[in-house]
Amino acid sequence: MFTYYLKLAFKSIKRNPILSTLMVMAIALGIGASITTITVNYLMSADPIPQKSQQLFYVQVDSWDPNEAYSDNSDEVAPPPSQLTYTEATNLMAAKRAYKQTAMAKSGGIIEPQSQDAKPFEASIRLTFADFFSMFDVPFQYGNSWDEQSDINRDLVVVLSKNINDKVFGGENSVGKNFIMSGKTFRVIGVMDNWQPVPKFYDIGNGAFDLPEEVYMPFYLKEELELPNWGNVNCWKTPEGEGFKAFLRSECINFQMWVELPTLGDKADYLSFLNNYVTEQKELGRFPRPLNNRLSDVMTWMESQKVVDRDAKLMMWLSFMFLLVCLLNTIGLLLAKFSGKAAEIGLRRAVGASKAELFKQHIIEAACIGLLGGIVGLGLAFLGLQGVKSLYGDFIDNLATLDTNMVILALLLAVVSSVLAGLYPTWRACNIAPASQLKSQ
Amino acid sequence: MLKMMDVKKVFRTDLVETQALIDFNLHVKEGDFVAVTGPSGSGKTTFLNIAGLLETFDGGKFELDGQDVSHLNDRQRSRLRNEKIGFIFQSFNLIPDLNLFDNVDVPLRYRGFNSAERKKRIEHSLDMVGLAQRMQHLPSQLSGGQQQRVAIARALAGEPRFLLADEPTGNLDSQMASSVMDLLRDINAKGTTIIMVTHDANLAKQAKRNIFVRDGKVSEVTVSPLAAKLCAV
Repeated sequence: MFTYYLKLAFKSIKRNPILSTLMVMAIALGIGASITTITVNYLMSADPIPQKSQQLFYVQVDSWDPNEAYSDNSDEVAPPPSQLTYTEATNLMAAKRAYKQTAMAKSGGIIEPQSQDAKPFEASIRLTFADFFSMFDVPFQYGNSWDEQSDINRDLVVVLSKNINDKVFGGENSVGKNFIMSGKTFRVIGVMDNWQPVPKFYDIGNGAFDLPEEVYMPFYLKEELELPNWGNVNCWKTPEGEGFKAFLRSECINFQMWVELPTLGDKADYLSFLNNYVTEQKELGRFPRPLNNRLSDVMTWMESQKVVDRDAKLMMWLSFMFLLVCLLNTIGLLLAKFSGKAAEIGLRRAVGASKAELFKQHIIEAACIGLLGGIVGLGLAFLGLQGVKSLYGDFIDNLATLDTNMVILALLLAVVSSVLAGLYPTWRACNIAPASQLKSQ
Repeated sequence: MLKMMDVKKVFRTDLVETQALIDFNLHVKEGDFVAVTGPSGSGKTTFLNIAGLLETFDGGKFELDGQDVSHLNDRQRSRLRNEKIGFIFQSFNLIPDLNLFDNVDVPLRYRGFNSAERKKRIEHSLDMVGLAQRMQHLPSQLSGGQQQRVAIARALAGEPRFLLADEPTGNLDSQMASSVMDLLRDINAKGTTIIMVTHDANLAKQAKRNIFVRDGKVSEVTVSPLAAKLCAV
């Protein structure tokens, strides 16, 4: 009977093209608005590394001003600063107490392509440790990451993003070739394949939806080459002395650190280590605030950093309200449509259709209208996302994309909403008294 | 076969209570052709709706094919309607955007026949009413008489025990009405019991029995002389 009811549904939709179009458009508008905002929220809050997001922890220690917390938060204990000082980054890395660990910082420099025709250009740098690549499952197109010895030796090696390799080496295997950046010659040791975690969880403070950096090099080259600070730098007291070295010794925060801790026991041990470390530092006259160290897994970290913007959430709820209004309109239109079919319903009752069969027939019709609304709504959502892109610019490019999950969700939402909207009109249709309809036709 | 004993039906609104049937008694035997006549508002159509299980009743007893129908639920009543009763209406009640084949198919769908069985029955019943060549036509492409023939084919496709006809010729001219009546008599001759409500005394005379309804009661039952003569021939 299902295919029969499908056939009847499409005949019925064709029978009243204007009414049907109005219903499809009402659902499409609601779905289009909802899916546009859901997509943005969904991508903002997606787990960027689901296979190990519960084993990766962001490290925070409270080295901030004794008189004023890093951020106001009246609900709970004020959170520790969102980044580390260079001192903590290097000390914690030297301690090597986690299964894997990487401190990191964002920087940038000028690349000088070897080709005479190409002009020098600026690119972003991620200063990090060898573990970065295996911790975050970074895929490689050519070569591999540098090793721990290169970290220690401060070797002039780089891993390039696919994009930079395409730009500088025409996409060829550049492993072993020289690469000039910031006036120094590096050896290319690896080329990443396409890698674009959304959100860019490992450095949320410097643009959660930015593209990953273009060049990766050992962390200690920051000090060695005096590479500039990119991203947020916050200080609660002025560095003692002048120059780059003074900045590195200061209480200014510009560094991030992640550790991989496979078990809960490992996490507890590492937190205990952090507390001991801070206690030691307190004895040296640092860390004037109460003990307040944290390890946050990927999703907790993103939540605490409010990656999903409050406005985006509000927009999503408003779009749901709009969908509700569209559905209320659809209920009215379905009532009109089904009451126009009273004679046919009476006839079907007379020749043996039970109320249950009529219910199935009309709910399938409502679902078909919903499906059509969903398809048109997907088109509107696509246009809506283009609008979001043009409104907010390139930085939201990664967010404004419909993936398979969102397409399925849009169609499901459309069908479920229209079935819900169809319940009352269908119930009314099933309870039409057949005798009165048959006589009055 | 169809037995109504002291059947009552009351229509109520907030202000008015109307006794549509009062102690309605009727016994229709298998193979009968009964014409029900009476003035407007006498209860003819109410009787037909109750007989066709389209309406419930408020008192008395009603047996259809030996089965007491008083306490059947919606699904059981629908099943009984589908299997045992065929309807013919004054205004044909064809579904305008379904072709003749699909219109006749409607009751068979609810019966659960497979497609081969449905096709066989549809073709046979359309052939019986002389419209087998026009299966793909829409109702709007047919005359009134032809539309009523399709409605008869639809009613017959499920091979029901009863055919309930409410003013089957009311919307037809005399020539078409006569042809539809001929068809109904043929159907009855093949064993289908027919109950027909009509205003037309001449048509009623062509039935085997005439029942006159007045004020919600059967007031007179007569054997039609014409029918008796036809039967004798």
